[in-house]
Amino acid sequence: MPAMTMVQAINNALREEMRRDDRVIVLGEDVGRNGGVFRCTEGLLDEFPDRVFDTPLAEGGIIGTAIGMALYGLRPVPEIQFMDFIYPAFDQIVSEAAKMRYRSGGQFTVPMTIRTPFGGGIRGGHYHSQSSEAYFCHTPGLKVVVPSTPKEAKGLLTASIRDPDPVMFLEPKKLYRSSREEVPEGEVLVPIGEAAVRRPGKDVSLIAYGYMAQVCLEAAAKAAEKGVEAEVIDLRTLVPLDEPKILASVKKTGRAVVVYEAPRTGGFGGEISAILAEKAIEYLRGPIVRVTGFDTPFPYTLEDVYMPNGDRVLAAIDKVMAF
Amino acid sequence: MEPKLSPDLLLTGYRNLVLVRTLDSRMLSLQRQGRIGFYVPSTGEEACQVGSAMALEKRDWVFPAYREPGAAIWRGFPIETLIAQAYGNAADPQRGRQMPNHFGASDIHYVTTSSPVGTQITQAVGAAWAAKIRHEDVVSLTFFGDGATSEGDFHAGMNFAGVFKASTIFFCKNNQWAISVPVAKQTAAKTIAEKARAYGMDGVRVDGNDLLAVYAVTKAAVDKARGGGGPTLIEALTYRMGPHSSSDDPTRYRSKDEVEAWARRDPIDRMRKYLELKGLWSKDREDALRAELDDLIQNTIKEVERQPPPAIETLFSDVTAELSPQIREQMEAYLASGERRRPEMLDKFPL
Ligand SMILES: Cc1ncc(C[n+]2csc(CCOP(=O)(O)OP(=O)(O)O)c2C)c(N)n1
Ligand SMILES: [Mg+2]
Repeated sequence: MPAMTMVQAINNALREEMRRDDRVIVLGEDVGRNGGVFRCTEGLLDEFPDRVFDTPLAEGGIIGTAIGMALYGLRPVPEIQFMDFIYPAFDQIVSEAAKMRYRSGGQFTVPMTIRTPFGGGIRGGHYHSQSSEAYFCHTPGLKVVVPSTPKEAKGLLTASIRDPDPVMFLEPKKLYRSSREEVPEGEVLVPIGEAAVRRPGKDVSLIAYGYMAQVCLEAAAKAAEKGVEAEVIDLRTLVPLDEPKILASVKKTGRAVVVYEAPRTGGFGGEISAILAEKAIEYLRGPIVRVTGFDTPFPYTLEDVYMPNGDRVLAAIDKVMAF
Repeated sequence: MEPKLSPDLLLTGYRNLVLVRTLDSRMLSLQRQGRIGFYVPSTGEEACQVGSAMALEKRDWVFPAYREPGAAIWRGFPIETLIAQAYGNAADPQRGRQMPNHFGASDIHYVTTSSPVGTQITQAVGAAWAAKIRHEDVVSLTFFGDGATSEGDFHAGMNFAGVFKASTIFFCKNNQWAISVPVAKQTAAKTIAEKARAYGMDGVRVDGNDLLAVYAVTKAAVDKARGGGGPTLIEALTYRMGPHSSSDDPTRYRSKDEVEAWARRDPIDRMRKYLELKGLWSKDREDALRAELDDLIQNTIKEVERQPPPAIETLFSDVTAELSPQIREQMEAYLASGERRRPEMLDKFPL
């Protein structure tokens, strides 16, 4: 089994799905000849010259035409070069892709997977770092998936491409090349809608996704040195959310720390907190604590100040352990 | 087409071309050494930047992309500020908030640059429209690339400018590439200039590697706009000689031959030959200029590099005019936590 980075695993998933299903189309800026600016689509144009397209520089065009392809019966996998540049396509995503099935009574559907790198940690400043998943989680009709390991990136992307509905597939670019993992050749499927327990623990639940799931694992390892057993839940899918797994964990530990990189106000972790407050308050021994980005644009030089880190998660663990 | 420019202006124009080129190669090597995080070179495109800026007045406004430092410098943007912005340190008036090349300054009406391609185009139209509403004799000029002409904002900007007869100069730097995508895959039109017709305005093509031609064409467009003649689209043909940015490897997608062919049309060589023919230039003057600019940039870098990172409090200010209660609480909690992260600038940025 080859050891792959997340970039290679994504590439592998795309290649295998394109081999398996000739309806799968890849389109976007620089995805052809250049193989994508992060190289996720490297070599695909050579193997599938009729199904990989370098498009003009227009996100609205990329997503709008991908929706048209999906309506027609193809399985487009458009790439938006950075999530920060998705907004010219916002209308197509939230008004069109998300609502097509509902507004047509199921007659028209959009089986499309929008791949886009998101999140900070690479010195990208305002426009190559943002985590704007909350906008999309707030839009009924979209699924929102965030992998955090190479193997699961392959499994989740494969499941997304086969899904009958539009999926926002958000790739944490900080994890693109940060580690390697054995990724089997051939079919790997991780179902959409299932969270994973990354580390079991009885004292406190750490709930996160993407790069922050890793940050939580680091914090959990440090907490263990102090005798605190933290359980780490990696959501993997934000919409639809695996509530049973989150609730089971918090009912067991009685404490919850929710971690996300996006600005604090209106972030998706606020939704997790609300669900816990509504459905598990009688199990909670202390407040639900959030560790998040600040309510500022994403900075350049002071990136390390902005990004949530293991120490901050550890401080939050200390805070809830006091109860 | 030989515009009437004084020898002084010709020489200053040339000096600026060489300054941008020198700065570019120094900054790119700083990036390679890990002293700044990222850089966008504009080598080969100097004449577009300087020639167009020469045609504007101080009161006019510029809405740039990220590849026009020459226009900013012509308008008086200090080299030390430009370099400090790339370092993102305490000497940067933007407080290190943006990536290198994303600068701007209100005193020279050079609007702060953002990464999203094409967004400045409609804004430039709005500024010119505002000037018209106020009966002020001000034009706006917006720079954008060939790739940007595919974005919806290009369409909206051109259309609004046509409808409202805004005094906007749409300056498209057609450098043949949008990262790895050649202009032939960007549009099926034979030229970008011809798109102007559909919006009811004039479109002109100019040799973007000819400083004087760029100046003349832009000056004509500016004069026309001031006379109430409305907007103009200028397509300047040039070439991005370097990588898209410090993270890009152009050998993956374009041929050496193509690059070499464009190297023979270098805007700086051409302007130098013109000055030599006019008897305004010599090898000695050239050597002296190069040495002077090398020193200037070298010394400025030394000065700027000594500055510390921006104060941590600057992360939280300027989000809105007043610090919101939430942001204040977040800042105070951070400062009280005792955590102090020293920014490292060494990581490589992948685009
Ligand atoms: C809306 C948006 N989409 C994608 C990008 C990523 N990107 C940055 S520059 C660029 C190419 C721009 O090409 P062009 O407009 O020709 O300008 P040039 O870089 O050649 O000066 C792309 C795709 C972006 N910055 N903004
Ligand atoms: Mg270009």
